[in-house]
Amino acid sequence: MLRVDVEKQLGEFSLHASFASEGRAIGLFGASGAGKTSLVNMIAGLLRPDRGTIVIDGETVDDTAAGIHVPAWRRRIGYVFQDARLFPHLNVAQNLDYGRRMNRLPADPVQHRRIVELLDIGALLDRRPGKLSGGERQRVALGRALLSKPRLLLLDEPLGALDEGRKLEILPYLVRLRDEANVPMVYVSHDAAELRQLATQIVMLKQGRVTSFGGVKVLT
Amino acid sequence: MSEISSAEWTAILLSLRVAIIATLVATPFGIALAWLLARRDFWGKSLLDAVVHLPLVLPPVVTGYLLLLTFGRRGLVGGFLADYLGIVFSFRWTGAALACGVMSFPLLVRPMRLSIEAIDRRLEQAAETLGAAPWQVFFTVTLPLALPGVLAGMVLGFAKAIGEFGATITFVSNIPGETQTISSAIYSLIQTPDGDAAAGRLVIVSIVLALGALIAAEWFARRATARLHGN
Repeated sequence: MLRVDVEKQLGEFSLHASFASEGRAIGLFGASGAGKTSLVNMIAGLLRPDRGTIVIDGETVDDTAAGIHVPAWRRRIGYVFQDARLFPHLNVAQNLDYGRRMNRLPADPVQHRRIVELLDIGALLDRRPGKLSGGERQRVALGRALLSKPRLLLLDEPLGALDEGRKLEILPYLVRLRDEANVPMVYVSHDAAELRQLATQIVMLKQGRVTSFGGVKVLT
Repeated sequence: MSEISSAEWTAILLSLRVAIIATLVATPFGIALAWLLARRDFWGKSLLDAVVHLPLVLPPVVTGYLLLLTFGRRGLVGGFLADYLGIVFSFRWTGAALACGVMSFPLLVRPMRLSIEAIDRRLEQAAETLGAAPWQVFFTVTLPLALPGVLAGMVLGFAKAIGEFGATITFVSNIPGETQTISSAIYSLIQTPDGDAAAGRLVIVSIVLALGALIAAEWFARRATARLHGN
């Protein structure tokens, strides 16, 4: 599903990470500053590796030796950022529809309804992002990423900006998403408890290196 | 003060036409340049930035004279445009529009550039991950979010264009009905013994137009802030 072997120098920090996984929910675990976000940005195509390869679902999206770098907008990935990043000039419905419009996909009301119900955002459709709570914003961001029909969903600490109560509010949605949305995901977090609930495989990152890889057991 | 005469109306309408055309033609160039200056790093960027601002600091008569040398009938560009495309600038209202466009360009670009710089680039990244090609990112995220700044730039550019005097009179002279704008009409009137009343009326028109434009620009700037906060 996902094969990564990359090197990247970012100022003083050097990232050299390699792993391959067929897992449906890969947990990327590490302290802040371990290089998690840089690694996810490389998988997304927002950051270009200095050297190495990235293969998503059998397609080589980065291969520095062969000069391959598929730009982010052609990778068909969904990315949920820590800070939602909803478009402030569009309402929730337009935000949700954005990926479909950009990819010129036909309208899919069945999937639309399913995801709106799954995330419980039906009541928010007419609102602007500025009028949403942090938890609501993150749910809309999840829906927006899913509705662009990605082949891989990247979640970079989607609960990181929320307080404890809000986290517990969103977590069940993420579990449902993993079990029902049928999209493999990479879930980034520095919270072992969160990953134990969500991930099926763990990639542990320490100072830019993969230190262990395996089942959820590696977290203990 | 009596009513506005038909000669004065001619000057007012010509000024409006010149300023509107100058603003509309300058806007796409202004947006492109604002984006370039806000978002790209390239060799000669500070030089380009300086050249854009030059009309702001150069004596207007110098800018007008340079326009005459370049876009006049015997000028390098002017000769070509007249011979092959039939576009003539010298001593025509189109030349007045060109002079006003060049003179107001720095004021037009500045708010556009600031509003593009103020846009959170992470929103553009988010659009990219959702499948938007670079041009789609520009038209669906960057431009809509910069729109209040773009409009503010247009309003300021328009206000500057309507009051332009030095470069216009140097380049296209002061021909009633063709190149005599409000400013050059006032200039002629205050040199005529009994032109004071007419000049006064045009002065009031100028003040009203400039004030209106500044208030409009302020209103657009406030809209921009509200828009960026997602309300």
